[in-house]
Amino acid sequence: MKELLQDSVYFGVLISLSSYILGIWIRKKTRLSYMNPLLIAIIITICFLLVSGVSYKSYSSNSSWISYLLTPATICLAVPLYQQMELLKKNSKAILFGILSGVLASLVSILLLALLFSFDHNTYVTFLPKSITTAIGMGISEELGGYVSISVVVIIITGVLGNIFAEGILKLLHIEEPIAKGIAIGCSSHAVGTAKAMEMGAIEGAISGLSIVVCGILTVIGASIFALFL
Amino acid sequence: MKYIIQFLIIIAFSFLGEVFHFLIPLPIPASIYGILLLFTALMMKWIKVNQVREVSTLLISVMPMMFIPAAVGLIDSWSIIKSHLLTYIIVTVVSTFVVMATSGFVTQYVIRRDNKKGEE
Repeated sequence: MKELLQDSVYFGVLISLSSYILGIWIRKKTRLSYMNPLLIAIIITICFLLVSGVSYKSYSSNSSWISYLLTPATICLAVPLYQQMELLKKNSKAILFGILSGVLASLVSILLLALLFSFDHNTYVTFLPKSITTAIGMGISEELGGYVSISVVVIIITGVLGNIFAEGILKLLHIEEPIAKGIAIGCSSHAVGTAKAMEMGAIEGAISGLSIVVCGILTVIGASIFALFL
Repeated sequence: MKYIIQFLIIIAFSFLGEVFHFLIPLPIPASIYGILLLFTALMMKWIKVNQVREVSTLLISVMPMMFIPAAVGLIDSWSIIKSHLLTYIIVTVVSTFVVMATSGFVTQYVIRRDNKKGEE
């Protein structure tokens, strides 16, 4: 049985998709915002692998076509961005300041927390790119001498946190402007958070998508500078 | 046929993104170049929105699902993370919410200030 699951071409996709569908179903039934389909899917899949003894390596190679679609899907974010062009032009100043403050807040907060917990240089730079999209974040972490595998996990968890808590936190802080919500989600929790922003509204989604791109590029520069501080 | 062409266009931009990533020695992935290229093509009217609309809507709506395999990779890094788990969680949670609050507040402040100016 274990060999069948290890070697199956379809099983990895089957378990990922069905746990995600189950997650959507649980959220609909319970109506609780922290019952996040992505989080549920991750937990179920992890439990399944642990119980069945199927290795992560064989699971990830069997489910690779799901990840294969990630780059094309990210590129598609250009479409809502284009559709919101007018809004973008009208609010360019707010968007620019918002994104700059987000990038700085990320780098400064990591620096302060790293000092507080007396991280060494390598651990510090592992966390520096945590709020940006996985592919850029991995590159930065590697470049600066971080632990890349930890960076990947931290980046994904950051995204999941944003995806789950964004709605509640923004409400709590009285951030009501759709553009401000989009910036807050995109800057803090990249593409995983953007998936949530897309559900919240077209403007939120488009602006969140824009923030991924701009934050990602600014952090390449910002992180190299901040890496010198510790 | 329509959907195949839409998918083709999106995959073509993914490939173009890879070409840029290959040629430019920066840690910027293909997906970021791809967004910028598709956005430029839409702005320049080389591509019309209705040539990519349905497939792009579909791909964006199923995007959360695509993060499952990478996130399950937590299993493999668990042994390294385990010993510093609490610290790592605090750093991740605190900084995520600081970024969310700061960027949201600043954006909303500038929007509302500009709106007020416009009304005066």
